[in-house]
Amino acid sequence: MTMIGWLQIILFCAIIVALTKPLGWYMTRVFNGERTFLSPVLRPIEAGIYWISGVDEKREQHWLTYTVAMLLFHVGGFLIIYGVMRLQAVLPFNPAGQGAVAEDLSFNTAVSFITNTNWQNYGGESTLSYLVQMLGLTHQNFLSAATGIALAMALIRGFSRASMRTVGNFWVDVTRCTLYVLLPICVVYTLFLVWQGMPQTLGPYIEATTLEGAKQTIAVGPVASQVAIKMLGTNGGGFFNANAAHPFENPTALSNFVQMLSIFALGAALTNVFGRMVGNQRQGWAVLSVMGVLFVAGVAITYWAEANGTSMLHALGLTGGNMEGKEVRFGIVASSLFAVVTTAASCGAVNAMHDSFTALGGMIPLINMELGEIIIGGVGAGMYGMLLFVILAIFVAGLMVGRTPEYVGKKIEAREVKMAMLAILVLPLMILGWTAVGVVYPAAVASMANAGPHGFTEVLYAFTSATGNNGSAFAGLTGNTFFYNLTLATSMFVGRFFMIIPAMAIAGSLAEKKSIPPSSGTFPTTGGLFVGLVVGVILIMGGLTFFPALALGPIVEHLAMNAGNLF
Amino acid sequence: MLREIRPAIVLLLVLAAITGLAYPLAMTAIAGALFPAQAQGSLIERDGKVVGSALIGQEFKDDKYFHGRPSATVAPDPNDPTKTVSAPYNAANSGGSNLGPTSKALSDRLKEDVEKLKGENPNAAVPVDLITTSASGLDPDISPEAAQFQIPRVAKARNMPEDAVKQLVASNVQGRLLGLLGEPRVNVLALNLALDRASAK
Repeated sequence: MTMIGWLQIILFCAIIVALTKPLGWYMTRVFNGERTFLSPVLRPIEAGIYWISGVDEKREQHWLTYTVAMLLFHVGGFLIIYGVMRLQAVLPFNPAGQGAVAEDLSFNTAVSFITNTNWQNYGGESTLSYLVQMLGLTHQNFLSAATGIALAMALIRGFSRASMRTVGNFWVDVTRCTLYVLLPICVVYTLFLVWQGMPQTLGPYIEATTLEGAKQTIAVGPVASQVAIKMLGTNGGGFFNANAAHPFENPTALSNFVQMLSIFALGAALTNVFGRMVGNQRQGWAVLSVMGVLFVAGVAITYWAEANGTSMLHALGLTGGNMEGKEVRFGIVASSLFAVVTTAASCGAVNAMHDSFTALGGMIPLINMELGEIIIGGVGAGMYGMLLFVILAIFVAGLMVGRTPEYVGKKIEAREVKMAMLAILVLPLMILGWTAVGVVYPAAVASMANAGPHGFTEVLYAFTSATGNNGSAFAGLTGNTFFYNLTLATSMFVGRFFMIIPAMAIAGSLAEKKSIPPSSGTFPTTGGLFVGLVVGVILIMGGLTFFPALALGPIVEHLAMNAGNLF
Repeated sequence: MLREIRPAIVLLLVLAAITGLAYPLAMTAIAGALFPAQAQGSLIERDGKVVGSALIGQEFKDDKYFHGRPSATVAPDPNDPTKTVSAPYNAANSGGSNLGPTSKALSDRLKEDVEKLKGENPNAAVPVDLITTSASGLDPDISPEAAQFQIPRVAKARNMPEDAVKQLVASNVQGRLLGLLGEPRVNVLALNLALDRASAK
């Protein structure tokens, strides 16, 4: 670990904190339907979209209607991706002549993109046409991100409203988020990325003759426009197979730094939106502090582990950290920081191969996802995920003093706690359940690239990433098989929607409750005690659930590595 | 609930057209006008022929060139499309080795390559980036140490004084951005092009 390394980490955290308030202010205005500086341009387009699609923007929806609208929207999104993938051979924008994508891979990818997972069983440059990249993937990158933010807004409204039966209008939330938040940032961001060296072209792959006279086919494409939303919307599905490690998908140290910032920007800002909507920004800062504590701890461990290197490198006298699977322009610190950022948020883009990380360095990304991706988290998904844990923490605090717990003026009762538990139980069910199948079913075992405990970790990581809708991988695992295409798609689907439905039920039930003013017996939720309590509940829940699995994977591998064992 | 069906179809199609077609196509046009070189892939031409991209590494095996990092990229096996064969710096199929910290395969490869490099330059410590594969398999850079390590070999193969090669390396080192972001590095293709130019003089 170096001083310059730590300075990069501190600068990153400082900029995120600085962006939280202005972005939160802007997003609050957007979702309250107030005027913004972009309204003169965008308002006519917005009104036109409502008119043509028959949306009455004044009519709000009950939480059930809101949820059904969201589900219907995703059925359509699924069909578009599946359709263009299956038909890409006969559709335009296919200069590389990619053939139709297989049924199971198309199914997996379609589920992957509507759930904001963006797991890559596809090979990007080797499988997909430009049309699929744009109309299939880029489009759903926008809409799954907008959906996540819309759902978080519905839950936040549940807290901020009193005695109301509605939580907002899904169509309006998605449209506003896309038009006023995501698109304008992406337009500027795309140009920045191209300036840094990212291709943005519809032309064919380049045929080059290298200095030594060999032929090199260089894949290009409309990369920057997709990468902008891939990062901002915490989607993470790469244009190229190597994702953000590919020099075209992440050309410079600056593009890398800005990509990391854009993963966290909207998720962090939503904590401020929450604070503003419930009438006290300090509530938002308290939530962000919980996230910050867990984040910094994770960065420190991964950075330390990667800078330390591995026993096999030490045995050969190689110093300078674990550079296997990392790029020179990022080095140890920017690769470690990126890995923690991308798994804390539910992004899943990678600028280094997590499979080649040290045992402990790779364990932190795994833990980040197993905690439910609530450290900033996916855009929207992180916010509603964190609020579920807050509800549990408040419930525990209430049990200690024997009174009905309250949070930001709402009584937290049996229904909310049951729903929060239901949502959180989805994680172990899918992750541990499918991992158990994956390590005994012969066709699944054959997919492991590494032997010994590392092979187990590959499987555990795959189902953790899919269920958490992250999308990063221990990529040695051959995921493009019938077994993994189907089981991972199931995990992504259940991990996304079976968490959303209970969260929305909470939103509906909270919105109907009366708001009660704080009294002397109210547990203050803006202080250090609250932050500590939530951090504790998150770690205890995650620890109790996943420690045995971690002990079989990264922990035993770390001990084996130090003992000089190879597999 | 029935009245949610029309927006589910129409709104989806409108937003798909905006975000999936209008946005990427407009960005292609604007980016192509503002930054034509980058938008096309930062291609480098020599004598009118494309020799590669400034951002994409390529394979160098010849002693007279600086070598990049080992690459783990593969290509479909021409004899059996269900299998793959090693194809270093395959810029149409990026990827890493994905071998973990207790992988015997990785340990064996490292041992073999360290011996080879030590034979080439017994006087310096082997830089870790020169022996490990990159994440993309297309890393265009090596560390300044990895470039310095290769100076004796390149100078000998080209009959150039070591100091001249050393100077070329030094002038091709890119530092951290603002002294803070990223890592110092040397673009291998740029260095080798400069080397060819210097030899031609």
